[in-house]
Amino acid sequence: MTPPTSIPPMGQRAKLLDMSNVDKVFNGNVVALKDMNLTVNQGDFISLLGPSGCGKSTALRLISGLMRPTSGHITWDGGMKSGDLGVVFQEPTLMPWATVEQNVWLPFRLRGKSLVQVQDEIMWALNMVGLEKFQKSYPRELSGGMKMRVSIARALVTEPRLILMDEPFAALDEITRHKLNNDLLELREKLKCTVIFVTHSVFESVFLSDRIVVMAARPGRVSSEVTVDAPYPRTEEFRTSADYAELCRKASDALHAAMNEHGARASA
Amino acid sequence: MSTTDMNMAPVVDEEELRYARAQKREKVAKWVLPVVVIALAIFLWDRIVVWNNIPHYILPGPGVVLETLIKDWGMLSSALMVTLKITLAALAVAVIGGVGLAILFTQSRYFEMSFYPFAVILQVTPVVSIAPLIFIYVDNRLAALLLCAWIVAFFPILSNTTLGLNSTDHNLRDLYKIYGATRWQRLRYLQLPTALPYFLGGLRIAGGLSLIGAVVAEYVAGTGGIGSGLAFRILEAGYRLNIPRMFAALLLIAATGVVIFTAASLLSHALLHKWHESAIKRES
Repeated sequence: MTPPTSIPPMGQRAKLLDMSNVDKVFNGNVVALKDMNLTVNQGDFISLLGPSGCGKSTALRLISGLMRPTSGHITWDGGMKSGDLGVVFQEPTLMPWATVEQNVWLPFRLRGKSLVQVQDEIMWALNMVGLEKFQKSYPRELSGGMKMRVSIARALVTEPRLILMDEPFAALDEITRHKLNNDLLELREKLKCTVIFVTHSVFESVFLSDRIVVMAARPGRVSSEVTVDAPYPRTEEFRTSADYAELCRKASDALHAAMNEHGARASA
Repeated sequence: MSTTDMNMAPVVDEEELRYARAQKREKVAKWVLPVVVIALAIFLWDRIVVWNNIPHYILPGPGVVLETLIKDWGMLSSALMVTLKITLAALAVAVIGGVGLAILFTQSRYFEMSFYPFAVILQVTPVVSIAPLIFIYVDNRLAALLLCAWIVAFFPILSNTTLGLNSTDHNLRDLYKIYGATRWQRLRYLQLPTALPYFLGGLRIAGGLSLIGAVVAEYVAGTGGIGSGLAFRILEAGYRLNIPRMFAALLLIAATGVVIFTAASLLSHALLHKWHESAIKRES
């Protein structure tokens, strides 16, 4: 639990993971992802932004090891061990029969650690998401936002090198979503963690990330990358600043370009 | 956690009051209504017998049935014990066999493909039609009775538990995979808890069915068997036109069924009330 003192600026970060020429083809003819190249550095907050069918979720599943690429390679710097990865899905994905602390215990439990052995880690993770008072609650007793926090705590508890988030706040209301966005950035400042965040919201991607990878559909591929060079910490003021508006316009343009690319191809 | 204004006195409007009253009334009615209706039905039964002078070898009144129940308690209670023993043993074996088979089914698709048809064939063939064969092939009467009751009872447990084991949340499955869970860990921490509500639903059905299976098997075994279960007593009483005893034995069978169902429901509530939707009371 001793993260580096600060995240180095982009360009000076150590490499964490490399995707090179990754293709994924389903059923022999559906190209879900074509020739994806992405280098993830330690401390990056990367958003994968794009319309549905652009292969963002496929990319996450490939990185998480749930699927193997049809061709190309995904290499982790120093190899990948269990616990190096934390995942947050669109749904909180909690076990309803287990209490909050038992849910957060899961990654350790599957490694044969007892609840008592990892009590400190669990409390630390719950503390990080502000749910330390709810350790004995059942998921049904929590609100949608709180369930999502438990899900984040579970992803954090092993102090993973990379956290994958697949549209985690898409099902929440706007106010809860903003709150969780702010809290996520705060967490990132504290833990210096690396995040890949899938979203279809331009505004969310600009607010959160320092790199936006814009993707196009049919076949799913990387269209362009937008660098968000606004400094952290980003607060509510940033959300209403002219800089933010300008960056959103830039990202939005990139997204439209990606979608027209698709349109041109479809009509060709 | 509601946030009411601290300075305001609690305001209860007319609608809230009406709602609270309706709630209270419903709570009382839930217990009082069934009791009153059953009491009324028994009273009516008694009146019909008395007013029409029906002889009790055709329709005995409730008083006579109760008298018989007390008078024949020695014989009936030992018959009840026999039926109960077969029922509970069949249920226990159905639980072990049903859950065990369901686990094997989910562990191997090929095993399921191979043996599921047998389970269906056993289920759809009426037990009355297989029972005579079972009594020919199985020498031990008790074992034969048990087998009949088991055939009827195990299928709902098997099919419900299989459904439950296959109903795990796919994201949770992915998560288990990412964290490198073993097959055994996935079964124990994810699939079995997911299947629990389904299993308990199956158990409630199987409880009633094992009693039916036991009774039907006794009927088929007939007077030639060790024959001292309740069904045998009903048959025997029928031959002797001892209608009050038939009613008394019938009463005991019905009561047994109700007790088994209640026990299964209580077990279900005890295991699920903390987390499962079916056991959670909603406000408003």
